Amino acid sequence: MFDFLQGYDLLGAFWVTVQLTVYSAIGSLVWGTLLAAMRVSPVPLMRGFGTAYVNIVRNIPLTVIIVFTSLGLFQTLGVSLGAERFTTINFRLAVLGLTAYTSAFVCEALRSGINTVPLGQVEAARAIGLSFPQVLRLIVLPQAFRSVVAPLANVLIALTKNTTVAATIGVAEAALLMREMIENEAQLLLISAIFAVGFLCLTLPTGLLLGWVAKKVAVKR
Amino acid sequence: MKDKPTVLYDVPGPRARRRNVLWSVLFLIGLAAVVWWVAASLADKNQLAWAKWAPFFTDARVWETYILPALKNTVIAAALSMVIALPLGAFLGILRLSDHIVVRSVAGSVVEFFRAIPVLILMLFADAAYSEFTDISPDNRPLYAVVTGLVLYNASVLAEVVRAGILALPTGQTDAAKAIGMRKGQIMTHVLLPQAVTAMLPALVSQLVVIVKDTALGGAMLGFSELLASVRPMSANYGANTIACFTVVAVIFIALNFALTTFASRLERRLRRGKKTTGAVVGVEAVEELAAPGEHPDTRRGPSG
Repeated sequence: MFDFLQGYDLLGAFWVTVQLTVYSAIGSLVWGTLLAAMRVSPVPLMRGFGTAYVNIVRNIPLTVIIVFTSLGLFQTLGVSLGAERFTTINFRLAVLGLTAYTSAFVCEALRSGINTVPLGQVEAARAIGLSFPQVLRLIVLPQAFRSVVAPLANVLIALTKNTTVAATIGVAEAALLMREMIENEAQLLLISAIFAVGFLCLTLPTGLLLGWVAKKVAVKR
Repeated sequence: MKDKPTVLYDVPGPRARRRNVLWSVLFLIGLAAVVWWVAASLADKNQLAWAKWAPFFTDARVWETYILPALKNTVIAAALSMVIALPLGAFLGILRLSDHIVVRSVAGSVVEFFRAIPVLILMLFADAAYSEFTDISPDNRPLYAVVTGLVLYNASVLAEVVRAGILALPTGQTDAAKAIGMRKGQIMTHVLLPQAVTAMLPALVSQLVVIVKDTALGGAMLGFSELLASVRPMSANYGANTIACFTVVAVIFIALNFALTTFASRLERRLRRGKKTTGAVVGVEAVEELAAPGEHPDTRRGPSG
């Protein structure tokens, strides 16, 4: 029944999916944190930039961004991100697109985390004479980080599912392999079930694990 | 936001204000450098030439032949998906609140399953299934596949929205209905659902944004002729103006979705202020959380208590 699987690198495809997820997660965590820092900074110009970035990027379909990295950045402008082989270029472009898109959501998650800290906490901290770095280090950030685990987990799961969009520019991840297999084999239901289960195995444990962590560290108010 | 105190910093005094100006200037210089670099590389590839952008302003045919029909397809696919997914989602959401554990867990598994799988996988499956098991013409198949994939995914998200909407209502509503002798079905259809629909309107509108964005997947993978798919023929016909085409398409998407987002948050603010309702709202922010697989801490309350 599973004979037709021979000749297809199923694990390899899902490995590319995982790689796309991990690299983009790291990238968007960095860029998203910077954006969040800008969005809550006292400098109006930076705040404006952060807000504009988030509002623009969140309203563009990820597919448009990913296809643009290939058709626009690479084929028109010749941006190849330091890679020479075609597959590497597409992989890197996909990571770039996913990072640009996901960091807007990371930024919003972080910002909402900071917003959950009640103003009274800071006022109390200042009242007992803590300096600004102390307020940030001892009062605000510990509480903000704790409440941010759950929304960040949701962003990570959404990112895992979004990596399939990289198939539109020919990155050899799960969705592209699925299309290829559906075209070549007459086993539609079985193939679909395999890929569905593959994604369940990626997303559900992430959700359960991080959900447990989030509950564990949550600040009870 | 200007002079409101925030958690992170005090209202700026004279020295902080000077420092802010310095930061602004540095940031502006950095931003200008990036913009200049982008413009220079665009000009380098001759993408800024007026001839490449002119068609969008001077030639009505670009809009008549490519953009408007494509936009129409995007809107049709999104609207169809919403219209079909909403009743399906409401049905699933109500089943999840059933008193019978079997019904509850079956509906729960369906919802969990479709939320955990990428829409693209669902679309690819639907496309192949339609071509194998039905005789829908190949011209219509992309639309059917896109709508099916979107309905399967969004019905499960909307099921959670509906459930959250019902659970957000004060329990006094159910108690009062029980006290005047209504049956379970009556409570749902006459008391809870009408109020829940109002409460979840903002969430519905912002889910529409997600649907609009996901239609672009059909254009890139299934040959559905929506907005994104119009880029290739456009840039082929108007002198390889890829960047200009992408800009126009992106701006249309942004305008459409921004209008929807703004409408959703206005709606939310109005509902929260309103005196006529119970004040229960499933907000714009809640959707992202409800769309992710897994139990959600805020919505775990049982149906009757």
